[in-house]
Amino acid sequence: MIKSTTSSLAPHRELPAPTASWHDRKGLVQIGLLAVLLLAPLAAYFLGHVYYVNLASRVTLIAMAAVGLNLAIGYGGMVSFGHAAYFGLGGYVAGISAYHAFDLTPVIAWPIAIPGSDSMLAIWLAAIVVCGLLALAIGAVSLRTTGVYFIMITLAFAQMVYYFANSWPTYGGEDGLPIYLRNSLPMVDTQDPLTFFLICFGGLLLSLALTSRIMKSRFGAALTMARLNETRLATAGIAPYPIRLVAFVISAMITGLAGALYADLNGFVSPTMLSWHMSGELMVIVILGGVGRLYGPLAGAILFVMMETLLGGLTEYWKLFLGLVLLGVVLFAKHGVMGWLAGREHP
Amino acid sequence: MTLFIEQLINGLQLGTMLFLMASGLTLIFGVMGLINLAHGSFYMVGAYATALVSAATGSFLIGLAAGITAAAAVGALVELIVIRRLYHRPHLDQVLATFALILIFSEGTRWLFGSSPLWLNAPAALSGSIALPGGSRYPIYRLVIIAVGIMVAVGMYILISRTRLGMRIRAGESDREMIGALGVNIARLYTLVFAMGAALAGLAGAMVGALQSVQVGMGQPVLILAFVVIVIGGIGSIKGALYGAILVGVVDTLGRVFLPLFFRQFMTSSEAAGVGSALAAMLIYILMALILAFKPKGLFAAHD
Amino acid sequence: MSDAVLSLTHLNKRFGALQATRDVSLDLRPGEIHALIGPNGAGKSTLIAQIAGSLKPDSGGIQLAGQEITSLSVAQRARLGLGRSFQVSSLAEPLTVLRNVMIAVQALQGHSFRFWKPVHRDESLLAPARDALARMQLEPRADTPVSELSHGERRQVEVACALALKPRVLLLDEPMAGLGPEGSARLTELLEALKHEVPILLIEHDMDAVFRLADRISVLVAGGVIAHGDSATIRRDPQVREAYLGD
Repeated sequence: MIKSTTSSLAPHRELPAPTASWHDRKGLVQIGLLAVLLLAPLAAYFLGHVYYVNLASRVTLIAMAAVGLNLAIGYGGMVSFGHAAYFGLGGYVAGISAYHAFDLTPVIAWPIAIPGSDSMLAIWLAAIVVCGLLALAIGAVSLRTTGVYFIMITLAFAQMVYYFANSWPTYGGEDGLPIYLRNSLPMVDTQDPLTFFLICFGGLLLSLALTSRIMKSRFGAALTMARLNETRLATAGIAPYPIRLVAFVISAMITGLAGALYADLNGFVSPTMLSWHMSGELMVIVILGGVGRLYGPLAGAILFVMMETLLGGLTEYWKLFLGLVLLGVVLFAKHGVMGWLAGREHP
Repeated sequence: MTLFIEQLINGLQLGTMLFLMASGLTLIFGVMGLINLAHGSFYMVGAYATALVSAATGSFLIGLAAGITAAAAVGALVELIVIRRLYHRPHLDQVLATFALILIFSEGTRWLFGSSPLWLNAPAALSGSIALPGGSRYPIYRLVIIAVGIMVAVGMYILISRTRLGMRIRAGESDREMIGALGVNIARLYTLVFAMGAALAGLAGAMVGALQSVQVGMGQPVLILAFVVIVIGGIGSIKGALYGAILVGVVDTLGRVFLPLFFRQFMTSSEAAGVGSALAAMLIYILMALILAFKPKGLFAAHD
Repeated sequence: MSDAVLSLTHLNKRFGALQATRDVSLDLRPGEIHALIGPNGAGKSTLIAQIAGSLKPDSGGIQLAGQEITSLSVAQRARLGLGRSFQVSSLAEPLTVLRNVMIAVQALQGHSFRFWKPVHRDESLLAPARDALARMQLEPRADTPVSELSHGERRQVEVACALALKPRVLLLDEPMAGLGPEGSARLTELLEALKHEVPILLIEHDMDAVFRLADRISVLVAGGVIAHGDSATIRRDPQVREAYLGD
């Protein structure tokens, strides 16, 4: 349809930049999605429905976590079935740091003392660093394998983190860890639901912008080639493994940051955030929205949370219907919501 | 020492259960190239059918037969309706579609039978225990599970290496086009292999259901352990599944018992319990990472 | 032969009972096309894989411009100036021709861990890529996705990708395979023009092209080189006629 009809007519035209613009359907859909996400909670806030503001924050953070996963799955072709590890670990960084700040005990006493902190800035930085390091270790082993092995190994490593959190009693074990008071930012009231939503929204915008920018860069070109044709990349003189590993780490950092915010949203972190169901749901969101589409995770997250809220209001067995919808999308609508709304896309 | 022997047998019992799950998974992957997350659902179906029919008839054996049949039937049905559309799809699609099947099976079962567990008792004839060397007693039923697992392993070996069906399965693993050219009805072979894998999962679920409780989601922890098993053993290799299952079963069981005991020697007992159990929970994953660091395709890689 | 750009010395590779490469020594000198021919199953693909780095030889060595490369990876060899094309086209189908070539230029300019500057505005990438395309007369197709190209055009893109690496050696694996007489003649012309800039090790089935292009020919049979010389010598060699031409 919109498929590059111009390509043979304009031989020297610049390569199309995968950006949003006002002039095409995709750009309008992207801006529309962001507008809905921003305006709905604003309206709800001024009408006094705080529940919907928090719901919008939830959509935003799940979308952000899926943006991270999309970098691995959609752009890098690395089907990670273990991104809950980073989402949950980000959450635990927020929880543990707040726990020690509350208790006035150090997080680590040796070899250097690291105190707890209830500053979001410190927590975000810590979440990004810790998740990056975990992804570096997991990725270094997992990326030696491909295909099904990679899927199962990422799953298994995430389970390892899950069981660890489940059986380590200091931070609540399977009961999880409450955050009694939402962590703070200088000069901002993070307790206010709308303010907190705007922080989350900023995080989402930042991760979208970062992904878009990275994918247009040399690194993105190499990552795209690693996904499409690994042999071509190596023959061109670029080793695929380090490119994939770095993309995997960046992906985990984005998902981890979303996890830290998610724990603050709920005031609670538990092994559920680390479970393989969470990994599966993040994948589902990426697929529902459209794999490898910049705004796919946002469309997927909106759809997912809407189904959860609407169907969940009708029946407690709503996941049965989620399963049926998902099965339908996988079998019959391969390009997801974004493919349906904004047309197909060339990589 | 008696504790060690007892736990070693427990590990073997877990290992044989894992083998029943893993052999089906690995066969389905080897023959059809399909990654099936819904395999744990057949485990659950087997357990539910066994529990319901046993309760209705009062006979564990009739229940067990019903459980295996139900799992095989559900497996065949799922293959016919959904799975056969996935063989030529990327792994990502297979993961998602079978993840969707898990949601459908789990929530559907919860809807039909509720969230509270069903109870299934081992047959009275097997409820006793026998003396182990060293004096402690060990339940007969668990030994029977090990025996069934060994029988299945031997049966699979004979099936694959000695029978016509086995020949076709082996041909399907090495060259899918070839068996088509030989005139084998591939569609029927695939349905059969899938149903067979489901039946083995159902058998495992039914037998373990009598040890633990029968409830929604019971298949999932086992499924993930089975994944670890086949990754360690080499995806597609039945032999790998056997060795992997025993290794994982024994290491996991012994780790959970002995790591806390080990740490108690230099910590307070509550600390030791915490560190020990956390480390034990991670043990098989560490084992898997180590094995993959040296053999990225597992111990017995069937084919590249 | 100290002036050789690429030299193989006593390469051996064995798969179980099959000796796929048997004591192969050959070299490639500046300004020449050295053709490697042989019947199916002679071990050409195995030999190429060892030169390109996707297979490691059991024994023997490979030198590129005097440097030992036997234990280097595919990517490392490419960075040292080994450009290659594949027997079965291995381009990224959904991407445009220009994008496929740009990745090689990008590799030439150092590491790819640059996350900020967009490549579609990066003249330092675009200009050399267009250049390589011009050399293969592909400029008008620069913005066409590879999936829409003809078979012959894909072959040319393959060579353009290799050229964009500014290679010291070109390793072309059956570039004429599947081309009609016209396409094959056209590619022959392009390669002839190229050989003075970069020496070519050519693996080819098309005998017309080989006899027209090659300065020297080596004949590979059952993993070993059985004859070596210019095209006249090879045409006359009785062993070659028997083993290969089937007389």
